[in-house]
Amino acid sequence: MGAGGGGGGRMRIGVVGCGAVGSLFAAHLAQLGEAEVWAFDLDAEHVAAINERGLRLSGVGDVHGRLRATSDPAELSACDFGIVATKALHTASAIEATAAAFADGAVCSVQNGVGNEELIAEHVPRVIRGTTFPAGRILEPGHVAWETAGDTWLGPFEPKPAAMEEVETLAGALTRAGMPTKAMPDARGAQWTKLIFNAASNPIGALTGLTHGRVCELPELRRLVSGLVAEGVAVAGAQGIVLDSDPDALIDHAAEVAYDHRASMLQDVQAGRRTEVDALNGGIVRFGGEHGVAAPLNESIWALIRGLERSVQQQEANA
Amino acid sequence: MERVCVVGAGAIGSLFAGHLASVAEVSVLCRRDEHAAVLNAEGLRVSGKSGRHARVAAAIEPRSLPVPELVIVAVKATQLEATASVLRGCWPRAAAMTVQNGLGAEAVLHAAGAWPLISSVTFMSGIRHGDAHVEYELDTPTWLGPWSGTATPLGLAEAAGDLIARSGLKVEVLGDLLPAQWSKLIFNAAVNGVAALTELPHVTAFAAEGLDSDLGHVLRGLVDEGKAVAAAAGVALHDDPWEMNVRAVSRGTTEAAGGDYAHVPSMLEDVLARRATEADWIGGALVREAARLGVPAPLNAAVWRLIKAKEASWARAAEVAVA
Repeated sequence: MGAGGGGGGRMRIGVVGCGAVGSLFAAHLAQLGEAEVWAFDLDAEHVAAINERGLRLSGVGDVHGRLRATSDPAELSACDFGIVATKALHTASAIEATAAAFADGAVCSVQNGVGNEELIAEHVPRVIRGTTFPAGRILEPGHVAWETAGDTWLGPFEPKPAAMEEVETLAGALTRAGMPTKAMPDARGAQWTKLIFNAASNPIGALTGLTHGRVCELPELRRLVSGLVAEGVAVAGAQGIVLDSDPDALIDHAAEVAYDHRASMLQDVQAGRRTEVDALNGGIVRFGGEHGVAAPLNESIWALIRGLERSVQQQEANA
Repeated sequence: MERVCVVGAGAIGSLFAGHLASVAEVSVLCRRDEHAAVLNAEGLRVSGKSGRHARVAAAIEPRSLPVPELVIVAVKATQLEATASVLRGCWPRAAAMTVQNGLGAEAVLHAAGAWPLISSVTFMSGIRHGDAHVEYELDTPTWLGPWSGTATPLGLAEAAGDLIARSGLKVEVLGDLLPAQWSKLIFNAAVNGVAALTELPHVTAFAAEGLDSDLGHVLRGLVDEGKAVAAAAGVALHDDPWEMNVRAVSRGTTEAAGGDYAHVPSMLEDVLARRATEADWIGGALVREAARLGVPAPLNAAVWRLIKAKEASWARAAEVAVA
């Protein structure tokens, strides 16, 4: 089958990392029925449940898709498209394990932060830059709560791009499946807008324990958030990236619509999990360094979150 | 000097009282009645780097205690205003010594009485194991000197220093304490601030700079800002705060006992107990000085604000728990 599923047969899509976000993509695409969907995940119970009963979403909408799931990369058939949805810290190992299935495919990241596409491009020929807003959480094996609806943006990853036609094919399938997706020649603006928003809000919630609305009510703290945003905007500007919207305005908007939201990073830290701070604030620092833009506040927040992770892990080790 | 009153029997106050009782008549002014009762009944025990079992007279009212010649005010900065009101009008012939972290303690006491004031900063640390037992953890010195605001004679500071030294504690008397106070201020803003936010004790990671995400960069950034503020204030630091940080975390690796050096800074203790911290007196004081002098201090401001916000999250949690 040729790239983009244009060969007449049914296209095949492999979702790499079938946690909450991966499951949203996999279940929607499977229910649509246009593509044969595979899911690769290391959680054996989740994989077994999907193979037995299919993958179910409930919440924003009820979706039920039948698909093949596996924890063994050798079982993956050759795919036209890959959708990588692991936590950012597992990108390198996940794509390394599954790369053979995408030897003639286009692979898209729908992960948080920046730097994932670069890692994927080390292993596959064509890469799609992606940003997604929908979110959820796993309720039980094979069943995911779809908690937030939202758009997805896809575009060719410039250093090793998928063809625009491929990007449009995947975006079209996702949109018809119920996940509105825009294909665009340059998806960096969407990605950096979300990155800057997340990097300025999520770690502040994790370090203070405050909900997003409360963070925005404390003027001095809100100024710190703006300081983090300004550094991210400068790093994006140095790369010639035009942001979709003003991340600082998004912060205020979120305070209205998600006042009681608790940062997922806080939940990760408290549960003793590694956070995605390396791909968020760490990403801003790294890309800033490559373009001669300093981001000292983001660098400090990055180190403080890593320190907080370390203390929770030590407490658990001592317990 | 033969009679000393220690005000506030936390870890530092207990270390002063427990040692000074071997060379002077020591009384302790407590905040809680049951604390005073336990001290009167059982005395005060010091273990760890030294061993003492001191007899002390304790009360919650200054008028119930013998009139001292030296008052060591060892309450937390957060309780200083309340303590100054309690002491207002008492013991006009005594000298008073502040040991609070940060800046500004002398001015608060000076507003409540005309006592000649001795400034001090202490690097010793203790771990309270109860109202009548403190473990002497770090036997590092206390630096003290006359406060310029009351034109305290150097001889008075020397007499206090001599008494403290004879009691077995380490002490250094300085003609001008500001350089030492600022060294500790900058050190504390960095070390206590990072400990309060990461909930890590003071471990070797605080001096690590190998990776971009290592905490040593944060500490160095905080210290560099503090040094710029001190320079603008015309203070030549007594000790380089970064070197103090490196020395402190290197201590554990040289001790035969082994294990990582892991002192729990007082602001981390406060965070773990969900108490108000001294952030306003330490990082906050540094940021206010920076603003006054027109020196940027964005990292210190960020750390201070984050700690205040963390405190605010407990206040809200407590309201919800009550409701």
